Amino acid sequence: MTERTEASDPPPAKLRLESVSKAFHTSRGSVSALEEIDLTVEDGQFVCLVGPSGCGKSTILNLIAGLEFADSGRVLFDGKPVGGPGRDRMVLFQESALFPWLDAVGNVLFGLELKPGLDRAARREVAAHYLEMVGLTRFARANVHELSGGMKQRVALARALAPNPRVLLMDEPFAALDALTREQLYGDLQRIWLERKKTIVFVTHNVREAACLGDRVVLLSPHPGRIREEFTIDLPRPRDINSVELARYATKIRSALRTHLEAESRNSQEVRA
Amino acid sequence: MKRVLAAAGFFGLLLLVWQVLAASETWSPVLLPSPTSVVRYLVGSLGDGTLAGAAVVTARRLFLGYAIGVGIGLPFGFLNSRFRICSDTIGVLALGMQTLPSVCWVPLALLWFGQSEGAMLFVTVMGTVWSILLATDNGIRAVPPIYTRAARTMGSRRFHTLVRVVLPASLPAILTGMKQGWAFAWRSLMAAEIYVTVIGGGLGLGHLLHYGRELHAMDQVLGVMFVIVVIGLLVDRVLFAPTERALHRRWGTGV
Repeated sequence: MTERTEASDPPPAKLRLESVSKAFHTSRGSVSALEEIDLTVEDGQFVCLVGPSGCGKSTILNLIAGLEFADSGRVLFDGKPVGGPGRDRMVLFQESALFPWLDAVGNVLFGLELKPGLDRAARREVAAHYLEMVGLTRFARANVHELSGGMKQRVALARALAPNPRVLLMDEPFAALDALTREQLYGDLQRIWLERKKTIVFVTHNVREAACLGDRVVLLSPHPGRIREEFTIDLPRPRDINSVELARYATKIRSALRTHLEAESRNSQEVRA
Repeated sequence: MKRVLAAAGFFGLLLLVWQVLAASETWSPVLLPSPTSVVRYLVGSLGDGTLAGAAVVTARRLFLGYAIGVGIGLPFGFLNSRFRICSDTIGVLALGMQTLPSVCWVPLALLWFGQSEGAMLFVTVMGTVWSILLATDNGIRAVPPIYTRAARTMGSRRFHTLVRVVLPASLPAILTGMKQGWAFAWRSLMAAEIYVTVIGGGLGLGHLLHYGRELHAMDQVLGVMFVIVVIGLLVDRVLFAPTERALHRRWGTGV
């Protein structure tokens, strides 16, 4: 089995956003969510987008996923413009978004059934493999509501990985979990990333989490969403979220974030005055 | 066990009070027949087949009317949830019709269809269709968008998303609507049978009620009412309860 899935492992993809802008139109006027975003994510890289709410980090993820479209600029997937959602880019949502009418393995199978070239037996095999990877073989037949928050996100991770995407897009997937479960999942995610070499874009407002997981941490500020600064995290993996070196990086990023936020609020006051 | 005893005790007490009141002869037996006379009627009419025959006739009308109601309500409810032009037209109509007790259709049905099967069918369908339509509409609208978004990222498109995501996600709401529709169909048909005297199609339970009143046979009226309750309960236990239980187990809702 491992041969089948490992051998067909497609290479990770390169992502590129070229001066992307996006506004949202509400009844009270339009809000600029992203302004002139330039971002390149190399193939196989783990990039974390950090910023306060309203900085457009989830919007960037949705643009890459093809769930939303930019007003101007281009979103490129391996050099080709993104035209809509696709199996090569899987998304992990903040709430697990598991389907409650299916059991755990049924959820993992859902995406596989849409993937051509797999017969029933092969799909079952692949689903079992990924449930094992996230340590939930025993819970394959469990209903979604019977799983804890952490287990749900594990199933969601298996569901996202099973069709073997080239890019994994993660939208604050661990925000609703308790600290202990989160730390376990940091370990799992790093292990899986090291084994399978996917391009990962991970959105979070947790600076420490970003420093723990990312090769690069991209800092965004809100109103409108702009990229402010970038940090390269030069630490060996797997990283421990509680390590001192990591804390040093986190402090650096956090103080940069604060500086940008203060500058921004000063600016908006001047505009009002 | 304790709950069974409580229920048995409650209904036993109810019967006892009824029997004592009837035996005291405060009211004439026409107004308040004793439980024993109702049982005597039930045994007798079960023996000569009138009750079973009427129940079969009624059940046939009911299932036909309900099936038509579901057959119209489900697809139109779906269209309502998807197309604004539908919800602005049929949706508004359905909301209005929903508030109209279905017995109000009887005069019109009698004029249109005469004393016929068609009149009863019409009233039953009118009683059923709107609640099913609205429940389907609301159920589909209430499906969290994150489900369809997640499905789309996995490569699901229009028809697949509809059948594999939207429908199962709205199933609990639709089932509730179908159950409510069933209750409405039952009520509507009883009203129709009491008002519409059919010559050819056979006597239903509602007709037995009607003739029971005309003949001052209150034991018959109460006996038929009892049968109506039993059929309603039976259908709920056999048709709806198992499906509901399965859904609750899967979704982790209810108890």
